Amino acid sequence: MKVLQIIDSAYRCTIEEQDDPAVWITHAMKGAGADLDVLLCGNAVNYAVKGQDASGLRFGEIVQKNPPKLDNDIARLIGKNINVMVYTEDTAARGITEAQTLPGVRRVSRAEAPTIFSRYDQVWHW
Amino acid sequence: MKDKKTLTFSIMDGPYEQARTVTVFRLLDNAARRGYNLNVFAYEGAVNLPFSKQSKHPNAVHGHDAAEEDHPLPKDWVASLIQTAKKHGGALDWINCGLCVDERGAHEAIDGCRRGTPGDLWNWAQQSDNTLIVGTR
Repeated sequence: MKVLQIIDSAYRCTIEEQDDPAVWITHAMKGAGADLDVLLCGNAVNYAVKGQDASGLRFGEIVQKNPPKLDNDIARLIGKNINVMVYTEDTAARGITEAQTLPGVRRVSRAEAPTIFSRYDQVWHW
Repeated sequence: MKDKKTLTFSIMDGPYEQARTVTVFRLLDNAARRGYNLNVFAYEGAVNLPFSKQSKHPNAVHGHDAAEEDHPLPKDWVASLIQTAKKHGGALDWINCGLCVDERGAHEAIDGCRRGTPGDLWNWAQQSDNTLIVGTR
């Protein structure tokens, strides 16, 4: 079975979790043998932007030592042969250029969605 | 049942914050009454849905004591859904994501709910007729 993970909700709890739960569970299920690809849409297209830095958080004396590194997490998905796509309409709407996105991320149009979806047994929308 | 289905659901939202829990539970109730076999993978805040320490409280604004208010408790809904599935010849299996439980200290779940991993979700999905992911927003 092959599943497309559509990740839409972004930066919802990434500081507390030090990652994105939908990206994290993709890594975890891949480790359990799952066959998955990822489509980032909406605000989550920003996960594919290079050079993110969420470090520096401090509450009183507590300093966050392992801030989220969403771009690294996406790059690691690609490193595991997971096909990562972004909607070009959603990157354009947020001023994200192709040069700013991680190498290996496929840029696809929303018009291609039906064709893309047809390649999967199931589509899971997180 | 000849056309007995197995359905897997993954839910992410904790109780008392939004309407998605009720919507998913309505779907589960409907499927349970049809005798389907149901799997629920509770991820993130949803591991608090079967938390056994939930308790009813009075509501002064409503002018009700605790008994009159009869405040809904998601853990009771989960227990009732498990019973409903069983009564109609199906089953409802509930797994809480173990790491999500640890983060929240939500170790005390009602009977019928157990600890697992994302691998359980993937295994269930492969064995099910269909899977519905209800992410949080």
